Parts: sequence; C-alpha cells; structure tokens
Amino acid sequence: MKIGVVTFPGTLDDRDAARAVRFAGGEAIELWHDDADLKGVDAVILPGGFSYGDYLRCGAISRFSPVMEPLIAAAKGGMPLLGICNGFQVLAEAHLIPGALTRNQHLHFLCTDQKIRIENNATAWTNSFAKGQEVVIPLKNGEGSYQCDDETLKMLEGEGRIIARYVGENPNGSRNLIAGISNERGNIVGLMPHPEHAIDSLTGPSSDGLGFFTSVLTSLVAGGVK
Amino acid sequence: MSLDTVAIAKANPDTPQPFAELGLKPDEYASIKEILGRRPTSSELAMYSVMWSEHCSYKSSKVHLKQFGDKAVKSDALLVGIGENAGVVDVGQGYAVTFKIESHNHPSYIEPYQGAATGVGGIVRDILTMGARPIAVMDPLRFGPADAPDTRRVLPGVIAGVGGYGNCLGLPNIGGEVVFDETYLGNPLVNALCVGVMKHSDIKLAKAAGAGNLVVLYGAKTGGDGIGGVSVLASETFESKGPAKRPAVQVGDPFVEKVLIECSLEIFAEDLVVGIQDLGGAGLSCATSELASGGSGGMKVQLDKVPLRDPSLSPEEILMSESQERMCAIVEPSKIDRFLEICKKWDVTSTVIGEVTDGSHLEITFNGELIVDVPPRTVAHDGPVYKRPFAQPAYIDEVAKQVINPPLPTSAEEIRETILKVAATPNLADKSWVTDQYDRYVQGNTIQSQPDDSGMVRIDEKTHLGVAIATDANANWSYLNPYEGAKLALAEAARNIATAGAKPLAVTNCLNFGSPEDPGVMWQFAETVRGLADGCLEMGLPVTGGNVSFYNQTGSTAILPTPVIGVLGVIQDVRTRTPMSFKDAGLELFLLGETDGNLSGSEWAYIHGMRGGIAPTADLQREMRLIDLLVAGNQSALFSAAHDLSQGGLAITLIEMVLRHRVGANIKVDDPGIALLSETPGRVVVAAKKDKVSDLQSLAAKFDIALAQLGTTGGDALVINDASISLDELHLAHTNTFKKLFG
Repeated sequence: MKIGVVTFPGTLDDRDAARAVRFAGGEAIELWHDDADLKGVDAVILPGGFSYGDYLRCGAISRFSPVMEPLIAAAKGGMPLLGICNGFQVLAEAHLIPGALTRNQHLHFLCTDQKIRIENNATAWTNSFAKGQEVVIPLKNGEGSYQCDDETLKMLEGEGRIIARYVGENPNGSRNLIAGISNERGNIVGLMPHPEHAIDSLTGPSSDGLGFFTSVLTSLVAGGVK
Repeated sequence: MSLDTVAIAKANPDTPQPFAELGLKPDEYASIKEILGRRPTSSELAMYSVMWSEHCSYKSSKVHLKQFGDKAVKSDALLVGIGENAGVVDVGQGYAVTFKIESHNHPSYIEPYQGAATGVGGIVRDILTMGARPIAVMDPLRFGPADAPDTRRVLPGVIAGVGGYGNCLGLPNIGGEVVFDETYLGNPLVNALCVGVMKHSDIKLAKAAGAGNLVVLYGAKTGGDGIGGVSVLASETFESKGPAKRPAVQVGDPFVEKVLIECSLEIFAEDLVVGIQDLGGAGLSCATSELASGGSGGMKVQLDKVPLRDPSLSPEEILMSESQERMCAIVEPSKIDRFLEICKKWDVTSTVIGEVTDGSHLEITFNGELIVDVPPRTVAHDGPVYKRPFAQPAYIDEVAKQVINPPLPTSAEEIRETILKVAATPNLADKSWVTDQYDRYVQGNTIQSQPDDSGMVRIDEKTHLGVAIATDANANWSYLNPYEGAKLALAEAARNIATAGAKPLAVTNCLNFGSPEDPGVMWQFAETVRGLADGCLEMGLPVTGGNVSFYNQTGSTAILPTPVIGVLGVIQDVRTRTPMSFKDAGLELFLLGETDGNLSGSEWAYIHGMRGGIAPTADLQREMRLIDLLVAGNQSALFSAAHDLSQGGLAITLIEMVLRHRVGANIKVDDPGIALLSETPGRVVVAAKKDKVSDLQSLAAKFDIALAQLGTTGGDALVINDASISLDELHLAHTNTFKKLFG
C-alpha cells in the first residue's frame, strides 16, 4: 500500500510520518507541494510543521499549493487523508473538515505527552483502536485550540465525528476537549497530537501512535472506508 | 550621501573618520592606515571595525585560547579543529558530527525574543555551513534572580524566542540549563548549542579557491537590521544610562532558515560548492573576507548586486548588515545553473555577486567604483591581539577565608523541610515550564532530553549509533577558583554523558565573562582557559571550537565567571543506554564516589546567602575512572538507572529520580545534612537489580571508586532515615515554582 506524505516549504514532520508508515508496514511516497501529482498513492498524510512559516494563518497558504487540487478531489472521492497538526490546519483551511485551530488559550507553544481517548474507531485512521481506548502521544503546537460554532459542535458530537478527545486538563482550550475530528464519511481525519512521534517507546512516550497508521492499511486492504 | 571610493581616500588622506564611534581605538585605526598605506574608505573602515571587534576578532582572548592548540591531545577523532565554523569529530561508521556553542547574550537582554531566536539561528547556520544536517539544539541560559521584575521581562521572551525559532526549524531541543543569580540581572546569558551530522566526505570548508569561481549570495535579502550589532553591542559594556540600542538587534525568520537548510543540503548532496560561509556577526564583511582569506586571497565583489530589502542602504550598511538567514557559496561556473535551479525549487533568492580572482586582494565595487581594496587576511585573521593585563582579584583571598557553614538538617522534620526546599528552589526546581515550550520530538530520533543528564539523539536508525551531549557550568565554583571551576565543569559534562553509557569524545565551550579591560576579570578568564586546556589534556579530549563572550557586566559589576562546557560522546547502541531513573520497585540504590563536608559554592550555601569558601579540587584521574566504570557497567547491563550528582547534591538527584516515573525510594544515610547537600564532585547514584549487586561491587573495586549502599526503590514516598515525603507533595513542590513565577 502506498501512502503519500506531502512536503510543503516549512514542513517538519514529513520524515517522521514516512517512518511511521514504514513501521506500520506501508510504503511511504514523497509528494511535493508544487507538483500536482499524487503518484498513484492509496492514501495521503499532511504532516506537521510550520508550512510557509504560518504566515497569514496556519495552513492558509499551503491550502493553495498545486498538490492540493488533485488531493482535495481524491479525498472527496473517499481516499483516506490524515492531517496532523499543521496538516489539520491545512484541512480546516481547505474546508475539508469544519472549524478552525486557534492560538492555545495559554498563549505558549506546548510540547507534552498527552493522553487522548479514541471516541470513534470506525474511521479509516482509527479502526485499529478500541472505542474508548486511552493512548499517550505527543502534543506539540502553538495553535491547537479547536474552535467552531455551536451548531457545528452539535453536529460533530451528534454524528460521532469527534474521533479523539484530550483526557484530563484541557491542554489548549479546545472546545469539548477535541483532539481530532473526521469528515462525514470518515476517510478524512484531522488530528492535533502527533501519532508519528509515538511509534516506538525508544523515541516517543509510547508506541500507541502506530495504530493510526496500521488503521489506514487495514482499511485499504478491506477495500475502502468501512 | 556621497560614495567614498579608494581613489577619494588616496586623494584626501586627512578626511576625519568616525573610527571611535565604530568602536575602534586610535591605535587600531592607525594600524589600518599602515596596512593600507592610506586612510581606509568608509566601507573599509566599516569592515575593519566589525571584524576587529572583540566578538569577531577574539583580540583579548586569542593569546590565552592558543593553549587549546598547544596543549591539545593528538586525537584521531578530530576531523576539523578550531578555526573553522565548527569542529568536526569522527563518531564511526563513516559519520562525522559537528557541534558548537555560541552566545547571544547582549541582544537577548535588549530584545529577549529576537535576541534568543537569532542566537539559535546563527549557531544552526554555523553547523549547516560545515556540510551537516542540524539534528538538535540545546540552550544553557542564565538569568537574574527568579523573582526580579526584569527577569519576568527577559526570561519568558528568551524561552519563547528559543522555542519559536528552534521549533519552526524542526530541531529537537534536547537539553540545557536554567540558572538564576543576581549577577546575571543586567546580563542574562543566552548560549545556544547545535549539533549536526554528515558523512566524512561531505565536510565543507570556508574557502574561496579557484580563480574564476563564482561568489553566490543566497537566502534572505539584506536589510537594515543588526547594523553594527557586533561592534556596538557585543563589545561594549552596558552603561546604566545610555541611548536605546534596539535597532542593532537582528530580526529572524525561522521559516526562511528552514527552507535555507533544506535547499543547502540538496546543494551539498549534489556537490555543487567549493567553499561556503554563513553570514552571521559582521555579515558580508565577515563572509567575503573569511572566504577570500581561506583561499588564495583574491576576490571581486559587486556590492550593488546584493538583493536588498531596503533600497536606501548605503554600501557601508550593506557590508555591516547582520540580516539573518543568508549564506555565501563559492561555485564553479559549470555548476552554477544547477545551483540556481535548486534555489529556485525552494524559492530561495540567489545572486552571483562576484568571483574568485588569482590576485591577493578583496576588491569590492559599488556601481563600478572601487570602494574596498584590502588584503583579506588583514581583515579576517590579522586583527589586533591584546595582551591585556591580568591580576588575581582581591576577593579571591577574602572569600577563601570565609567559613561556609549553613544550617544543616538533623531531625526528621528538618530533613523533610530541606528536601521540599531543595525541590522548589528556582535553580533546582522542575524546568518543564521552560522545556515544554520546546519541541523535543521532531525528527523522531530523540532518545534523551531534559531532565536527563544529557541529551541523546540517534544518528543511524539501522545500526542504532547515537551521540550524547551535555553542557555544564558551575559559576559558583568558578568564582571561588576559576582554574578548578573550569576543570570541574568539564568533568561534570563528561560524567553526564557517561551516566547514560556514552563515551566522551570532544569538547566545545562558551566562555562568558565580564570586561576584559578589568585585570581581575581577565585573570578569571586566563585561569579558566588554563584549567580547561589542562583538563582536556589530562582527560584526552580535544577542544573542537568555542566562543568567548566578554563585557557581560553592568557598571563595575561583572557576572560570575561562567564557562559553559559542552561535551559530546558516542554510544554504539542507543537502545542500551542507561536511563536516569528507575521504573521498578525493589532495586538497590548505591552511591558511587566519596562525599566530603565542603559546602563552598553549593546551592545550599547560596540559598543561605553564602558565596565564599574554597572550591573543590578536581581529581580528573578519579573522574576518568568513574567514567570508565559507568561505560563498562552500561556495556555489561549492570545498571537499571544512573543519575549524576551536581548542584543540589544527593537531595535533588533523589528527588528527580523518584519523580521521573513516580516510583519512591527508601534510603538511610549517616550525617544527613552533609550526605544530602554536599556537592563533592565525581559522584553518581546508580540503581541495580539484586542479582547485579556483586558484579557492581567488583566493578567499583576494579576502578577504585567508593561504593556505598543507599537503600532500595519502591513505594509512593521518598523516605530518608525517619523522614517521609509523599511523591505527590514532592511533585507539587518541584513543579510549582516556575508556574508560580512565570504563569
């Protein structure tokens, strides 16, 4: 299975995401922001970082990169797409998922080993987990506070689209402790914490993050989104 | 403004020039005239003034720093030594590692966020310039008292700046220090270390060889920021009343630097450069003169080709600008197209600004007029050298007479109070408030970071080869005895690597001092360098480079002499490192090394307002045996955990160990005050399984290191003799200090 990892100028966690794909048993394919070619991949990851230096708003410029056009079309057609941190911000800017990521409530960059609870294990990126499973993966960002209007929040809650929530103290002021959400179909997931940094307890706080990457391989083998 | 050309300078030898305002002394100005055989043009004057500043020329420190070469051990590991942008060390398997620390003290006081941010940016470019991919940063920081109002201005800005820049570059921050002392109030120390890795064949040097090769400036456009930063800021003492010097601090853009890193690495991978230099302090003046001087000397530069952010800049300002995120490369004409193509891919501005010639002068023109015509060595390397007078200051004998006898705990309640006080005192308290603002995970190779004894990163995912780095300084000891202080800091940094099982390999340093014009400060500096050179010779460790920061003083009050020593080590398999703490109950805890009753320079004495006494004498032979023991014990998997003892003694070491994984300990000590609070160097706490104890005893005997049983691990409290402190209470005391102070 080929999983594309997009590099924008200022992307930082592309090598980490590619490593996580390999650890899970997939083949990682480098995709370049300026090249509108998905190279025949089966799924795509938009990794973390500071694409375009977070100029204007996080993800606001990357959203217009040439690679986004075929990517948005493919994702709307059901291809699994995971946005991690800055990738989540790009998904929000591209309106593939609702809401926005804003400055952390405490106004500091925060890097911490964060416990999250998997609330929906029926998406392309979470099916390796048990519903309600608590996992620890790094959270690291300056603008990770998920915000949306009341109606959207009600819809996300009602449709089970909040795929993961922070456990314990709210680390950044996100509404309803939201750590990650999905689109209606469950193939597109935006996640603030970094599962690619938790694939091996040697270099991360746990190996819990690997489940996100094995999930997509499982769902692809099963022939699409459950 | 009229252009001052070489022709005009020749024709008008007596035009008065503002050399003093540019920081040059009258005799320095006279020697520039002697070198050139005429008065310098205003552009030449600008170049000499920045390059001959203390920060760039090391004019006060050179005569002492020579010892690092003179006393150097012959090390096969050293691939590139002092003099280049950073030293390079062979770590095996074809890998070379480069690392260096620099100071950005003065800018960080004036403008904490940008000062600290560009400090990180500058050292990262030094590492990149060697041909290496930067893989981690560390930041030893020192501030005024934790509760001082100005510390509340400076510290949060510095931390945010270090994080803001390093995080955006995608470099894990793997450690450092945060220390508070009154003497740093007007002179915070912001030191930044970067480490990078490359293959041996990829090492790049700053030299402009080959007539006809092109000089390419690439990266950010040149603006008016940081003009005169070097000469005005880094080389003058802060006076309490003076004009604001804010415009001389550079402004950084980490996104541009991140792109510059990736672009440069792609250029290096295709072997497209002959030589390369980053633009840091003294900007284009430094880069062109050092590149030309590193080659045969001849170079022509058309200054009007430099892309500008501000078109009103004069040639003098373009030469002095310290705009960040710029690099200067020497490229063969046949490779220039590919070079420019890669720059275009990364949207990096790149411009051919000149070429290497077979002459011996650096010639710079502006709109066709010759404005600089100098032998580049005279700018870059043959600056003034001062043998500044030095003399042992009077305080040394005075403090040596003082008896250091702070109150020591004896009863269970006193031990409890002492432990909680040590846990919470700002210099020893948990630093998560700081380090949680730094990304420690990016790149996916971080094995250890703060609060571990050292930072450790994996450099090969298949073989598991890794490097460990620690930075340490004990300014309290250096104040009492700078010679011993330097050796003790070296030993501590080396020990901090060895506790994890890494073998020390090479040394870098950042020597932070007051004004070199004060003979007492100069004596502290001379003694420090002598101590460090002697220490490195005895321990067989080469000094690969370093940085000197003088003029860290306000009025007549200098900072404590603060030599920050960085030691790099190698570990063959990061998976087998010894962790700093234990996860299991029922392990045996031992103290390696002997404890004496000297509390001079200890944190406990400092807490009680005592700053005198006699510093310990470094016993480097014993330190080396201890290091060998730690590495050997790691290799035979004897240790479940190992943690160094330094500032705060056994007390803080135990606190950090039990809180790391929330597993308590039960220990018994005689003479608890001294046992817990003495900072006798050369000690480590180790944890071992019961069935490893006899091997541990044999190992300690083999290396002739004292071994004393402390107790066992387990429970939910730290129990010392009859005193018990619950881990919850201890955690709260340890972690609350920074939150309360800085929100």
